[in-house]
Amino acid sequence: MITKVTTHPSQNEQLIFERSQPGRAGFSLPALDVDETSIDEMIPRDFQRDDDLAGMPEVTEVDVVRHFTRISTWNFSIDLGLYPLGSCTMKYNSRLNEKVARIGNFANLHPLASEAESQGALQVIYELQQHLAEITGLPGISLQPAAGAHGEMTGIMIIRAFIDARDGKEASSRRRTMLIPDSAHGTNPASAHLSGFTVKTIRSTAEGLTDLDHLRELCAHGDVAGLMLTNPNTLGLFEKNIQEICRIVHDAGGLVYMDGANMNALVGVARPGDMGVDVIHLNLHKTFSTPHGGGGPGSGPCCCTKEMEPFLPVPRIVRVNNGDTSADSRSEIPNYRLDYAQPQSIGRVKAFVGNYGMMLRALAYILTHGYDGLREATEAAVLNARYIAHGLLTDYEKPFDSPPMHEVVFTDKRQARKGVHTLDIAKRLIDYGFHPPTIYFPLIVSGAMLIEPTESVGRQELDQFIEAMQSIAREAVEDPELVLNAPHTTRIGRLDEAAAARKPVLRWRPKENTEPLAVAGG
Amino acid sequence: MLEKIGVASTEKLFESIPESLRLREHLKVPAAMSEIELLKRFEDIGTRNQAAQRISFLGGGAYSHYTPTIVDHLISRSEFFTAYTPYQPEISQGTLQAIFEFQTLVCQLTGMDIANASMYDGSTAMAEAVLMAERVTRRSKVIVSSAIHPQYLEVAHTYVQHAGIDLERAEFDPASGQTPASAFDAIDDQTAAIVVQSPNFFGSIEDVSTLADKAHNAGALLVVVVTEAMSFGLLRSPGACGADIVVAEGQSFGVPLSYGGPYVGLFATRDKYARQIPGRLVGEAYDKQGRRGFVLTLATREQHIRREKATSNICTNEGLIALAATIYLETMGRRGVQEVAHQCAQKAHYAAREIEKLACFSLPFSAPFFNEFVVRAPAPASPMLDKLAKEKGIDGGIALSRFDSKRPNDFLVCVTETNTREEIEALVEGLASLSH
Repeated sequence: MITKVTTHPSQNEQLIFERSQPGRAGFSLPALDVDETSIDEMIPRDFQRDDDLAGMPEVTEVDVVRHFTRISTWNFSIDLGLYPLGSCTMKYNSRLNEKVARIGNFANLHPLASEAESQGALQVIYELQQHLAEITGLPGISLQPAAGAHGEMTGIMIIRAFIDARDGKEASSRRRTMLIPDSAHGTNPASAHLSGFTVKTIRSTAEGLTDLDHLRELCAHGDVAGLMLTNPNTLGLFEKNIQEICRIVHDAGGLVYMDGANMNALVGVARPGDMGVDVIHLNLHKTFSTPHGGGGPGSGPCCCTKEMEPFLPVPRIVRVNNGDTSADSRSEIPNYRLDYAQPQSIGRVKAFVGNYGMMLRALAYILTHGYDGLREATEAAVLNARYIAHGLLTDYEKPFDSPPMHEVVFTDKRQARKGVHTLDIAKRLIDYGFHPPTIYFPLIVSGAMLIEPTESVGRQELDQFIEAMQSIAREAVEDPELVLNAPHTTRIGRLDEAAAARKPVLRWRPKENTEPLAVAGG
Repeated sequence: MLEKIGVASTEKLFESIPESLRLREHLKVPAAMSEIELLKRFEDIGTRNQAAQRISFLGGGAYSHYTPTIVDHLISRSEFFTAYTPYQPEISQGTLQAIFEFQTLVCQLTGMDIANASMYDGSTAMAEAVLMAERVTRRSKVIVSSAIHPQYLEVAHTYVQHAGIDLERAEFDPASGQTPASAFDAIDDQTAAIVVQSPNFFGSIEDVSTLADKAHNAGALLVVVVTEAMSFGLLRSPGACGADIVVAEGQSFGVPLSYGGPYVGLFATRDKYARQIPGRLVGEAYDKQGRRGFVLTLATREQHIRREKATSNICTNEGLIALAATIYLETMGRRGVQEVAHQCAQKAHYAAREIEKLACFSLPFSAPFFNEFVVRAPAPASPMLDKLAKEKGIDGGIALSRFDSKRPNDFLVCVTETNTREEIEALVEGLASLSH
């Protein structure tokens, strides 16, 4: 039985600035307990603010609570149900991990506190490094990058530094090509560009895999520094020729960077380090379930081979003795240290040690799953994707025959004949209570719908999702208008994004001057 | 389920992975822990972070401010923290509206026209500002004040090392602790920007208006960096001083110290640079019925469309932390932010006056400050501060020898609204007793 969403009471809520009333306040602070002096005596007038923070809201605490509670109900979230965004890995975020991150001795620790009095924090980083090394088969690790793209940039800079050291600057300067498949995430070419590389695109085969002949051809000119490969790739397919791919790139003097966004298909089953991969980034906010938070924070550890380790960002977190670290946790003797003595390092990529709160959550995820649980999560993620792949075959076009791993791509080819496109199918799914899949990505598949159910969903809900998709396929034939005008159950309809980009209004202003800003060019 | 899809076993799900690559044994990670065991383990490890329990006067890019209870409560709502990037606006209006409010608040505080949806933190925001200045001006030299947070400078060097940008240093004046305009005399028609932090790493407030003139006279941009965002409550906004790009660390607004992250980078600029700004932007939009909503906009700047020609490679940002800052700023409001800033300045100046009264201690810099200042001790600061922590339970400041070996006796003291008069007096007494 197909269930559709029905409208529910949805509060209207203005912008907080429109709710503001002079004189309202939501804060309480103790009275100043030191002898007060005139601000003018401390700070010259010219350096003081003179606009009285005009425009900032004046509201009460209950105003704020209602404001955010109301607007929160306009969001879909994992906790409401299946959120099958391909490549984004929307899995359950354990509340236990949230509790761990809020333990006072971690949450209240200043990043510049002395190493001797921050040993617990360093121990957590060190242990997480050890586990990620085991999971990836790559022993050199930095947890400093703040997100996937940041980890990519770090990894690519390490490749460049490694080749500089290996070949000498001059020879290295002739290796400025980074190969990237046409199916890659947009962050890959952007990160390569930031590191001073020119991007050359590798074609995918009709099978949806890296074209080996094209790779060989591109590798024949002696200018290749490396290859950035997502595996399983963004079509959800494992690059079964991965060893051959690595061999071709290595023989050409290049290195292999793996985008680890899809590592959740491999944990406990296979290791990039064993495949010949030299560098990988992980997304703790995907594979290791730290919450996405409406767009972040993330954490993008960079893992590499022993040979590339000297180039990782500083500081490194290292163990300085061989003592049993668990036996005497109150020991006065430091066991871990921030190591800056890495002359070949690419340098620092972020202040302090990285998005530490995400490291706590990821370590908690690993420890609560254990080796069995980590593998089971991978198995369930792949099984669920295969189940959806099977269930949608009769109604939707599946452009690649090979069985997918943790995500599967379908297209709107059949529905498009009736004028119903991927965007419409996605919007109609909302009416059935599901978040749409990733759409129009990867770019090489016309009308792509990339579906990733993750392990955090049971058969019942998978069946409901499949039935909803089947029902939409029928609607596309019987009543296309219904799909074309979807969604019908949300508090607003489709927004005019083109108009929004033409005359961008990027902030609230008081009523008298709400003129859109004029921006030249396109 | 296996049966339904016609797969014989779980192992067969992984047939596309060559057999030689499939793990034969389980990963060498521990067996699963229960909730009770896990919490106990983290509580135990946490006891080794003695610094987390100390009375603290540490600043230097991360600050202890009071956070109203509702901030953590509201960001913990499922609808916010278990949502993804708002790619489907019809079911993401909560996140989108919150970001629109965040962008507005950042503009109000910085005195700028537009702001993005956040960067990773202050340090990476500064690096992105340097890259943006090069894009806007098509000039390749950037002069940075040496009184910028040392770790921010390191990050900038990493980011620009392959971008063809020369980072030159402008030395601060050792008497005032400020970077005078004359320090930027190397500015020329190839200079994209001058970059200055205010209050700077030593707590000194820079003369931003004068530096803006210096930059603009050479056709360069002025980039202003702020690590203590609470200073916006009291100090003239960088926008009012003439800044072209303002970047800041937003951790002061309701974000826990958490050993350095996750924090949130603020990034604001002028209208005319809207298409050069890195990161996501949320804008107003309307549906067919004329109802107002919000969408991600100007996406043609971004990596998923523009790929290697994007303004930045950033994708995931600090959404939930930006939400925390938004809730903080709206709860504290116009008057609360002013009051916190006022108390920070009053308490810091009280502490500075009391420390200056001690016979052997002095304040080496003469410039006005907000809530951080450098103290010169009669002996090396690092061992003295360690002793203060161990014996008195007070983290009295950051020894500057960590960043500059030529400043062995100097340390940076930060005072906020959370430090009571008793704590400040204990710090002063502790310093007095250790100097004997």
